[in-house]
Amino acid sequence: MTAIAEGARPAVRRPRFMLDRTEFMGPLFIAPAILYVVVLVALPFFLAIYYSVSAYTIFNPSYHFVGLKNLDEVLKSDIFRHTLGNTFFFTIVSQIFGLLLGKVGAMLLIQDFPGRGIARALVVLPWAVPVSLAVLAWKWMFDSLYSVINWTLMAVGLMDPMNPAQWLGTTDLAMAAVITVHAWRLFPFGVVIFLAGLTSVPKEVLDAATVDGAGFWRRNYVIIMPIILPIITIALIFGTVFTFTDLSVVYLLTNGGPVNSTQVLGSLGFQVGVLSGDVSHGAVICLFLFPFLLLATIVLLKVLRKREI
Amino acid sequence: MAAVAARHIKKQFGEVLAVNDISLSVNDGEFLVLLGPSGCGKTTFLRILAGLEHQSSGDILIGGENVNEVPPRARGIAMVFQGYGLYPHLTVASNIAFPLKTQNTPRDEIKRKVKWATELLSIDHLVDRRPRQLSGGERQRVALARALVREPTVFLLDEPLSNLDAKLRTSARSELKQFQQTVRTSTVYVTHDQVEAMGMGDRIAVIDHGQLRQVGTPTEIYDQPADEFVATFLGTPPMNLVERDGGSLGFRPEHFLPREMLNGSPLAEMPFRIDRMEYLGSERILYGEIEGRRAKRLVTAKLPAHAASDSLRAGDKHAFAVRRSELHFFDKQGRRTREGVVQ
Repeated sequence: MTAIAEGARPAVRRPRFMLDRTEFMGPLFIAPAILYVVVLVALPFFLAIYYSVSAYTIFNPSYHFVGLKNLDEVLKSDIFRHTLGNTFFFTIVSQIFGLLLGKVGAMLLIQDFPGRGIARALVVLPWAVPVSLAVLAWKWMFDSLYSVINWTLMAVGLMDPMNPAQWLGTTDLAMAAVITVHAWRLFPFGVVIFLAGLTSVPKEVLDAATVDGAGFWRRNYVIIMPIILPIITIALIFGTVFTFTDLSVVYLLTNGGPVNSTQVLGSLGFQVGVLSGDVSHGAVICLFLFPFLLLATIVLLKVLRKREI
Repeated sequence: MAAVAARHIKKQFGEVLAVNDISLSVNDGEFLVLLGPSGCGKTTFLRILAGLEHQSSGDILIGGENVNEVPPRARGIAMVFQGYGLYPHLTVASNIAFPLKTQNTPRDEIKRKVKWATELLSIDHLVDRRPRQLSGGERQRVALARALVREPTVFLLDEPLSNLDAKLRTSARSELKQFQQTVRTSTVYVTHDQVEAMGMGDRIAVIDHGQLRQVGTPTEIYDQPADEFVATFLGTPPMNLVERDGGSLGFRPEHFLPREMLNGSPLAEMPFRIDRMEYLGSERILYGEIEGRRAKRLVTAKLPAHAASDSLRAGDKHAFAVRRSELHFFDKQGRRTREGVVQ
């Protein structure tokens, strides 16, 4: 007994064991991420919220509190209401096309054919190419004189050579153009998501459905779709939030024009808040959808958890 | 009449001949087991019967009709998969109703049939659950119920017990056999487990490397194996094979006994040198060599646990023997021949 008592020394905290302790290493590893979010996301976000209820402009940087006056003014503006409509139209239509193309693309790319690997790699390109570069290429395709789209349509006789379409110059066509480009940028994401979903459906389940007499449509919409629904919902939330807050395609392709016909909240907020220097109204425009998006995301995620299988 | 008949079925995957000219028929109400090692082509053959794969050549007849060009759903078959293939997002009731819905069965009839099937398999208390809320055994019964409601000409079962733990497998085995005897539907059952095959099959078809080696009742397969493969694939430990002129000589470990335990009938005596022994509770397995005879593997003898336990020790040489009626003879190609000479 004495030998044991002598052998037991008081516990000493030696610094070299610090690296083995999760309560020390955990915070250390997570600190950069937290710092990043606080400095680059949280701080600007709360600043924007404050701007939206102040009278701040770059010409008169006062933090004078004005309450909901800015919101009231923004809501009364015709341009804003028009832009809000555009934003919803732009987001919903480009989501629908993006997901549809994604589904079709995934169903094609899941087939076994020679060159599938290359095809799968190429599909991701629209997503991987820098947006400015991609939009530049599209800008040429929509050009009033050199449009390859118009040239093709004329060549097959679907367009009057005397009266070519002004893609970026007419209001409806400009909206179609920005939606096309945005859907084109979104669809690789859709393909990847759907591919992941389709490959996650056990082969036995599909075989069982085949034996049980389900044809193409029933197999797709009664078996596969419900099984991969959670994954699609996530894609939809991502895509929607991303599109509602995005301005790159609109800004680069049409800059909101002609006559605000393609203006979305992001581009309008940028014009008002940064280019015109009216920071407080710009902040209101940018933050306008935030409460709705937050709510929508929470509801969707709740539904998702309930449906989890 | 044969419920299912396969004629000269071949299936080629690229270079590999997965199924090599199998002809086989399943009688009405029969429980036929396809037995073979992993990768022998038994599952491929079953999938060809189901129509999930298309044979490279040969004909499939179900209920007397050629179904080569008939899709799975119209073949009058129902299949139970290894992982059951239940629809994870549907309730048990909807899973079972699914094959009926695809056939546009009236709603009342669907309800009636689901009730009948769930009661028959005693899962009627589970109908509102989803597959992930069920145990392995319950899932298996749901899969069976889903197969049952279609009232198929034939059940195709692909290793349905392999996902269950050992204890459950034993009870599920007898339940499944009992179930088949109740409904009397012709069944093709794929397994690599010889105990399942022997215990359940009315007949067993042994398959190896895509070829049908032997078809017969469990007794025929065990007592008169058609070749060395069948002889050594069935039985634990497998049949002993020792060399002889013009082929090999086989005898089962349980027939290879100390000389003094055998009397009466004519014997083939063999001096056995015991290398080691395993005590397994109810029996003992002896491993060793027979003097003057060559064998590819150690020769085994299976004895009741306490028989001659005093006189047998590792390292000893002991006089062992086999009844001549229990010897099997195989030629150089490994095929069974009639009585040969034991010199």
